[in-house]
Amino acid sequence: MASTTLTPTTSRTYRDFQRPRWQRMLLTREMAVVAALIGVIAFASVAVDNFASSITYTYLFLDVAAILLIALPMTLVIVTGEIDLSVASVVGLSSVLTGTLYQAGLPFAVAALLAIAAGAVAGAINGFLVTVVGLPSLAVTIGTLALFRGLAVGLLGTTAITDFPDSWRDLVTNKIPGTPVPAIIVLVVVLAIVFGWLLHFTPFGRGIFAIGQSKEAAHFSGVRVGRTKLILFILSGTVAALAGIYYTLRYGSARGDNATGLELSVVAAVLLGGVSIFGGRGALHGPIAGALLIGAMASALRLASVTSDVINVITGTLLILSVVSPSLLAWAQSRRARRRGKKEGEDPASADPRPAQAADATVARRSTMGEEEQ
Amino acid sequence: MKFPITKSRGGAAALVAAVALVLAGCSSGDSGSESSESAGGGGGDSMSDANLAITFLPKNLGNAYFDTSNSVGGASAIEEFGGTYEEVGPAEATPDSQVSFINTATQQGVGALVVSANDPAAICDALNEARDAGVKVVTYDSDTNAECRDIFINQATAEGIAQVQVDMIAEQIGDAGQIAILSASANATNQNAWIEMMEEILAADHPDIELVETVYGDDDDQTSFDKTAALLQTYPDLKGIISPTTVGISAAARYLSTSDAKGEVAITGLGTPNQMREYVEDGTVTEFALWNPADLGYLAAYAAKALIEGEITGAEGDTFEAGELGSYEVGADGTVLLGEPYRFNADNIGDFDF
Repeated sequence: MASTTLTPTTSRTYRDFQRPRWQRMLLTREMAVVAALIGVIAFASVAVDNFASSITYTYLFLDVAAILLIALPMTLVIVTGEIDLSVASVVGLSSVLTGTLYQAGLPFAVAALLAIAAGAVAGAINGFLVTVVGLPSLAVTIGTLALFRGLAVGLLGTTAITDFPDSWRDLVTNKIPGTPVPAIIVLVVVLAIVFGWLLHFTPFGRGIFAIGQSKEAAHFSGVRVGRTKLILFILSGTVAALAGIYYTLRYGSARGDNATGLELSVVAAVLLGGVSIFGGRGALHGPIAGALLIGAMASALRLASVTSDVINVITGTLLILSVVSPSLLAWAQSRRARRRGKKEGEDPASADPRPAQAADATVARRSTMGEEEQ
Repeated sequence: MKFPITKSRGGAAALVAAVALVLAGCSSGDSGSESSESAGGGGGDSMSDANLAITFLPKNLGNAYFDTSNSVGGASAIEEFGGTYEEVGPAEATPDSQVSFINTATQQGVGALVVSANDPAAICDALNEARDAGVKVVTYDSDTNAECRDIFINQATAEGIAQVQVDMIAEQIGDAGQIAILSASANATNQNAWIEMMEEILAADHPDIELVETVYGDDDDQTSFDKTAALLQTYPDLKGIISPTTVGISAAARYLSTSDAKGEVAITGLGTPNQMREYVEDGTVTEFALWNPADLGYLAAYAAKALIEGEITGAEGDTFEAGELGSYEVGADGTVLLGEPYRFNADNIGDFDF
């Protein structure tokens, strides 16, 4: 019994690491998204009028900066198998708090810091309900999505606060001298490095993957499951609040309905970037490429005068395709395995001779089915 | 090649990449060919060398009011003077989604952008960037802050609209009793201005009319419907509802037409003849008002043309010709007034189709 359950796991791990390092780095779903991003940009630069100009990239980065920021902690949260749907409402709440506190006479920096602290508290509430009370994060964060949005709209009422200091507004939207890149991207890059390091190069990050694979196994191997998740939800709330301040400064307007629906764009970017919704699988550069891919496609399609509904349909299709591709891949692989299993005997010069141990009874049986097809 | 089995995985990953590329490529490809016809910088078929590519950006798409102002009014004006018409817009009426479309128009280098603002301040920076790039900006229906646009086409003065709505409700309820207001979103620029004026007029000239509450239907049909139901339950003595938004008044009329309060509670405000026709005919609604949105879009398009050709700059006292609507003069703060609101009732509603 034990041996039958253990054997497949062992062989899978073995196969994952038997490839050369460059293949493990490049032939991944993340890199497929990166390739798609490069392809879309290359194609749009040639085929779509006005796309190949530096202003396109400025607007693209300004548009996706909030999604990129929130996607970083969201990736970590989803890798643990949880989700945080309240992020867009935290964006709205932080925007409103920044606005009301600034209007009440506080210096902008203090107002912003308090808003970020509120974001951390909002994240801690999510984390507490998920880890201590033990509720599913989907239900908890749908609840807090409504709660935080309600607080935001309730606090500011019917008005929008404008007139933020230009020095702060310029700080996020001005371009880095000599490039089309707005300054907010510096923050995105710094945080991407921090979160990339956290996820991929620390024991904490290994714990995140372990929780995603199996919460129980992670617990018994010494990973502090509850604490890890709590920290991730706090990080998620904090970064969402930061994105709320960016949102406020970019549009110069603090409104309760700022960023409504943004959580879906973030989750879409993360899933498109190859992070498994079931947890345990993903790499940080995937969601970054995913967010840029969605942004670049929307930008190209708008320039080509495609209506927003069609843009949504295309983005949705791409997302579905990305989510079902692992299953499609597995299916295609098993099909190829069948074919190859059959050919093996006849064609020893084939480019892909399978090692002897793989030509097991299953493959032999499938090869006869393959014969029938041909 | 110690473990050649792995090639299958690499190949499969490459397959996914290829599929994603093909999908993305196809979608961009279809639109790419479209863009060269409709949006490619425009102005190619105009008579002068002025760039008469004019893009309309309504609050959101799929709104009958903007369908009339843009694709009926705006498009026909642009056809008359030989420009290129395009309409773009977000699915949801939010300011941040409008910014992306303003940026796109800037990138395309259109001649003019005709915008109905979802927020007076939030789209300001984007509009000013467009103007810096040489795009003329006309606002219509809902204005931005004055420093963010060249001209605002005002459908009617706030005084005129507030006055006509108060007059209508006073006539219909006998100048006494409780009334409520069902507005659009809480941030809607013009609705808020009208409500403020209506409150002043009511306080000054109609002491027996009591405004009990202003509720917000967010220009959403179902929300407005539900808010109407809630109003009638909360205030059993309610005599009338003013809804200064086309979505709100038709949802409120639909609720009233099937409720016991039909004929008891008056509903008036701003509506379109096509939406209100059945409620005027079945007696739920006596009279409502509006301007002609087609004329509004038509005038906005001609104002955009006059700006592009340098005929006007948006300064007070500038005059321009607007096709069959005649001559218009720019007033204070770069505002052009379309005219007086028009009252629709059972006698004249058959003459209109928008």
